Parts: sequence; structure tokens; C-alpha cells
Amino acid sequence: MNTLAFSATIAVAAFCAGFLGSLTGLGGGFIVTPVLTILFGADIRYAIGASLVSIIATSSGAAAAYVREGFTNLRVGMLLEVATVTGALVGASLVAVFPARLLTVVFGMVLLMSAYLTTRPRAEHLTADAPADRLASRLRLDSEYPTPSGPQRYRTRRVPGAFALMWVAGVLSGLLGIGSGAVKVLAMDQVMYLPFKVSTATSNFMIGVTAAASAGIYLRHGYVDPGLAMPVMLGVLAGSMVGARLLFGTPTRRLRLLFAAVIVVIGLEMIYHGAFGGQ
Amino acid sequence: MAAGPDRSQDARVQRAVGTLLRAGVLLAATVVLVGGVLYLLRHGGGVPDYHVFHGEPLDLRGYGAILRDAFSGSGRGIVQLGLLILVATPVARVAFTAVAFAFERDRVYVLVALLVLALLLKSLAG
Repeated sequence: MNTLAFSATIAVAAFCAGFLGSLTGLGGGFIVTPVLTILFGADIRYAIGASLVSIIATSSGAAAAYVREGFTNLRVGMLLEVATVTGALVGASLVAVFPARLLTVVFGMVLLMSAYLTTRPRAEHLTADAPADRLASRLRLDSEYPTPSGPQRYRTRRVPGAFALMWVAGVLSGLLGIGSGAVKVLAMDQVMYLPFKVSTATSNFMIGVTAAASAGIYLRHGYVDPGLAMPVMLGVLAGSMVGARLLFGTPTRRLRLLFAAVIVVIGLEMIYHGAFGGQ
Repeated sequence: MAAGPDRSQDARVQRAVGTLLRAGVLLAATVVLVGGVLYLLRHGGGVPDYHVFHGEPLDLRGYGAILRDAFSGSGRGIVQLGLLILVATPVARVAFTAVAFAFERDRVYVLVALLVLALLLKSLAG
């Protein structure tokens, strides 16, 4: 296969990654990495560099639309980003100490269980009639988001729990070099009880920031290859812009099932990766 | 909590941030596309080899070196420059958000956004 056909194939896979990533709040590395390593036999380090590009492109491609339409909760995103970034710094400094492969398997299993949690039926948001959470009110985290029946106010709760979970997610992502999009969505959805579309859009806003924080390191180590990154970036951007247009009209139930299916795949990939190592 | 006026201000700020973000992303995509076309015109018929990790050459790793490479017309250098612009978009996003909170006179969140910005810049500078 020559470089032109190779680039075109990767661009198609990247389009799917961007499309699914923008709708689920995940980075799309779960498609890009196995396509590069398993299908094309690329070295894992090139795949990590390309996956990082994919996360930033997914995030930036969809963020414009989500922020403008009012799905993204900027306050929640910024607050939780403090936890993720500081956690990631701690995690990166612990790499030599922890059994990363065992942790990867454990984390994969946690994701499989989380897939079940996210598909349990529940009310979509805490309405304005719900009792206000004192800390969430003081931090002005309650907001509103667009729905087909007009703007809907929602309340937020259990901020400290979500903050702690995001810190752990940051440590894991620094330690294992994985995106923390899944944990971001879960923390907002399951702990803070945000509407699902707000959780995925806010996670989408955050994953790019988290990934950019480690971009400098990977660039300096020579992981980011322009020949791979080019089709990944262009494909992912196109996919995420298309996905972002569909978020508003897609029923939440369907999004939850999509998210659950994707984190099952990610969980299985991680268990495989941790158990059999290498790729 | 404050409801009405606060919210319309939020919406205005969100529209402005959204527009700025779109401009940055389109710029990055255009640069990568130009570099990518040059790269494929020159190397499109070759056979890609990523089985063994060599690491990128030094001129595609540092910020200054990438700039020099790009302006000398190297396809790979131009793609890498576009990727740097892409990496800058989340940084700009955090900076815009800080400005947006400042317009709302929300001092707590200006500080939060600036803290995230500082951590981000520190790790990018290495």
C-alpha cells in the first residue's frame, strides 16, 4: 500500500473516530490507536502521538458548536480541569512506581461496569424545583441547556465527589497515558447529575485541554509524525464537525447507548492491552 | 442565584468564544491540508513504514525548528506547524474563557481559568 492509499484509509477511520468522539465526549483514540497498531502494525509510540492529535482535533472540532449552542457548562469544565491537570502531573511522576499493566486491567473492568450504570433509566436532569446544592449554587454551576422544547434549567450536585473523581482520573491518565474522557463523562453524569448532553459536551471541551497539556512532551520525544497526524487530524475534524451538528437532534437515550457501547469497547481494549501488553 | 441578565451575557460570551474557536480550528486545518498536499505530491507513491519507531528528526520536534522547516517549504514541516496551531486552540479556549469570566466580573472563575492556563503553558514549555 502506498502512502496515498495509507493516508486515505486512516482519514476514513479518523472521520469515524471524530464523529463518535464528538457525540460521546470521548477522544477517538479508541479507534485511531488500534487501527494504526493492529491494522497497520505501527509502533505504539507513533499511535500514541496520533491518538493525542485525534483527541485535540475532536475536542476543537466540536467545541465551537457546543459552546455557542450552550451545551458546554464552562464553569463545571474549568473547575474540573483544575483537578484533572494537577492529577495528571502527579500521575506522570508516579509512572516508575506503579504496576501500570495491572491498573490498566482494573480500569478496563471499571469501564465495563460503568457502561451498565450509564444505561440505567433515570430522569434526565435535576429541574429548578430540585433543592439547590449549597456549594454548587455558590460556585454558580447550575445552568441551562437547549432542548427541542426550549431552554431547560438544571441543577448540579455533589461537586466535591466529582472533583475527587476527576483528580483520580487525571492521575490515571498521567500514569497510563490514556485519555480520561470516559471518566469525565461519568463524573458529570453519575455524580453531578448533569444532563447527558451537557456531560458529553463539557467533557469534549475538557479533553482537548488535558491532551494539550501532554502534547509538548510527546512532540519533544518525537512521537508526533506529520505523515500520520495529517490524515488523522483532517479526518477527525471533519467527523467531529458533522457529529456536533447532530447532537441537538439525537435522542438522549440513543446517545447513552452509544456511549455505553463505546466504553465497553474501550474497556475490552484496555483489559487486552494490560493482560497481553505490547499493543 | 442570579438569573435573567446573567444568562443573556453568558450567551453572548458563548457565541464570541465559539466564533474565535472556529477560526483557530479552520486555520489549523488549512495549514495541515496545504502541508499534506505538498507531502503527498512528493511522497504519495512511496511506501509508509511505521513498524519501527525511529522518533521524528529533531527539526520536527522543537517549536523554533518546526517554524524554520515550515517556512522553507517542507510539506512535513508545514503539517507540523498546523499541528502546533491545533495544539494552541485548547490553550486559546482557556484564555478566552478567562476573558469571558472577566467580562462577567466573576473573579473566582477568572482565577480558576488562569490557574488552568498557567498549568497548561508550563507543561507545553516543558
